[in-house]
Amino acid sequence: MSILVNKSTRVIVQGLTGREGTFHAKACAEYGTQIVGGVTPGKGGTTHEGWPIFNTVQEAVDQTAADTSVIFVPPPYAADAIMEAADAELELIVCITEGIPTLDMVRAWEFLQNRRSRLIGPNCPGIISPGHCKIGIMPARIHKEGSVGIVSRSGTLTYEAVYQLTTRGIGQSTAIGIGGDPIIGTNFLDALELFNRDPQTEAVVMIGEIGGNAEETAAEYVKVHMRKPVVGFIAGQTAPPGRRMGHAGAIISGGKGTAAEKIDAMEAAGIRVAKSPAEIGETVAAVLGVKA
Amino acid sequence: MKIHEYQAKNILKQYGVAVPRGEMVESREAADAAAKRLFEAGATGVVVKAQIHAGGRGKGGGVKIAKSVAEAAELASKILGMTLVTHQTGPEGRVVRRLLIEETLPIERELYLGIVIDRAQARPVFMASAAGGMEIEQVAAENPAAILKEYIDPGMGLEAFQARKLAFALGIKAQQINQAVQFMTGLYRAFEETDSSLMEINPFITCTDGRLFALDAKMNFDDNAMFRHPSLCELRDVTEEDPLEVEASKYNLNYIKLDGNVGCMVNGAGLAMATMDIIKYAGGMPANFLDVGGGANADQVTHAFEILLSDKNVKAVLINIFGGILRVDTLATGVVEAARKTHIQLPIVLRLEGTNVEAGREILQQSGLNFIVAETMKDAAEKVVAAASA
Repeated sequence: MSILVNKSTRVIVQGLTGREGTFHAKACAEYGTQIVGGVTPGKGGTTHEGWPIFNTVQEAVDQTAADTSVIFVPPPYAADAIMEAADAELELIVCITEGIPTLDMVRAWEFLQNRRSRLIGPNCPGIISPGHCKIGIMPARIHKEGSVGIVSRSGTLTYEAVYQLTTRGIGQSTAIGIGGDPIIGTNFLDALELFNRDPQTEAVVMIGEIGGNAEETAAEYVKVHMRKPVVGFIAGQTAPPGRRMGHAGAIISGGKGTAAEKIDAMEAAGIRVAKSPAEIGETVAAVLGVKA
Repeated sequence: MKIHEYQAKNILKQYGVAVPRGEMVESREAADAAAKRLFEAGATGVVVKAQIHAGGRGKGGGVKIAKSVAEAAELASKILGMTLVTHQTGPEGRVVRRLLIEETLPIERELYLGIVIDRAQARPVFMASAAGGMEIEQVAAENPAAILKEYIDPGMGLEAFQARKLAFALGIKAQQINQAVQFMTGLYRAFEETDSSLMEINPFITCTDGRLFALDAKMNFDDNAMFRHPSLCELRDVTEEDPLEVEASKYNLNYIKLDGNVGCMVNGAGLAMATMDIIKYAGGMPANFLDVGGGANADQVTHAFEILLSDKNVKAVLINIFGGILRVDTLATGVVEAARKTHIQLPIVLRLEGTNVEAGREILQQSGLNFIVAETMKDAAEKVVAAASA
């Protein structure tokens, strides 16, 4: 078991014929993910690296019975790609694209309400259930199948956390990068609910960063509902206020969204917060009672 | 992206939002001429306002009222070229290069209007408060109920009834309501059509003669949307930005200058922030945030090096790369090339992990350059802090 994706997940790639789309579709397929086709408007009817290409998502779904899409479409067109995937009623939409205008995402987010699709991202590494399915750009080999769920706003910092776990022999059930943008689909709270229900997951690592208050909202959930231990880390303890730290959503504005506030809220909810990013793995090991 | 007050007012004017008459000037002579035109057009006074990308200009001495053309020219010559220090500029302040010369108005009340994106609601929120002229953050902290909010339905915009609700709640008089509705809906259209990330009218004033004006205006734009606004891109004033940050932006590097002495180069924003944090945890202070991105190449690494080294406070450099897409051997080649090209003398601590890491370490060892190789983030942070304080 894992959350959201598994060996039977059928994936189409929006933007498959692009450089990034091609590279990562191949890497995902090599990992064992069922990539069943691609969508590039205007290239319908052709094949690319052996995959059938369709003009529209609906056509791709009709022909391939895909239930999931991963988006590598450039930022000006990515919000539209999300809406097209939602209109075709895919269960899961993973948007990797970084740099989507915020007001485009406002429209896409609204479009997703009352539709059945779940969005992960944008501006994220994707989702992986080690040993089963990888939909995204994360390096596969650092992962190991196991029982720790990971949810994070960051890409490379997630890899760092996964690596610290794997080198200690601790595997992961599913790792989800929810993305560094101010407006995202699946948030911490959604991911925690899913991990809470997943029988394979025994503990969860949540990696937040400055900006917004999604960590605080998730902490409230943990306090009341979470039946599994949660380990946390917040990046940006030394970030200056008013500056966007790489991610569009990583900004302390009006004195709000600081690392200190988030750490306080998480600790008050019983989350074990690692003070240093180097201590994420050992904190999980301690929580699980695994010898280092 | 930030712009100046006078630029924001020029944009708002195109959306039917009333702003005081005024002109941007860059010299005493131009200030004199602008003030003269305003007095001739019936102004009873003019205000000389320093144009910098920071708030608190009034308290810092950058906003002064003149009752005559001569006084306006005198004030302009004093403010132009001064280093204005406000709570938002930091202690080093900003040099004033531009002024807005504007008519004074018979102010009755000072109110506040603002539009931001509410992240949790995933939509814009239009805010209004009767506590104009104050920092909205302070109002939010002390009396959050004093901030009225209307959430905007995406694709619909600010509806007239929403504007009326806000206007009546602000105590705007019945005969001014239509004017207020036009003002507010104009603001929202400007926000949406320019892809703003923040807009503030503080204060939004009512005059004793019944008119309404944006006495100040602040607009920030969404950097991700600037590709569709070439004319707004031209409003960028690079003299308001840190020169190293401007240089970095040319190469698509995310660089933010800080006050410490440990330079850092990292791939990925989250890991870059975490690297800054662990440097502090190890007893040092980061000199910068620098995210070279997931797909950095040798050329970008060279530019990143040059920028890091241009900061004279930097005493040691930490390179922390978790290569996923970016292969470690490619990066190591880039680092060696860059170190040779820039004749780097400072200690460099490298912590590389990920795809092809063995090949990468080999390249570093055989380069003949004096790199300090670290195994983990903790090890790297301790080594670089020791090197920086040596």
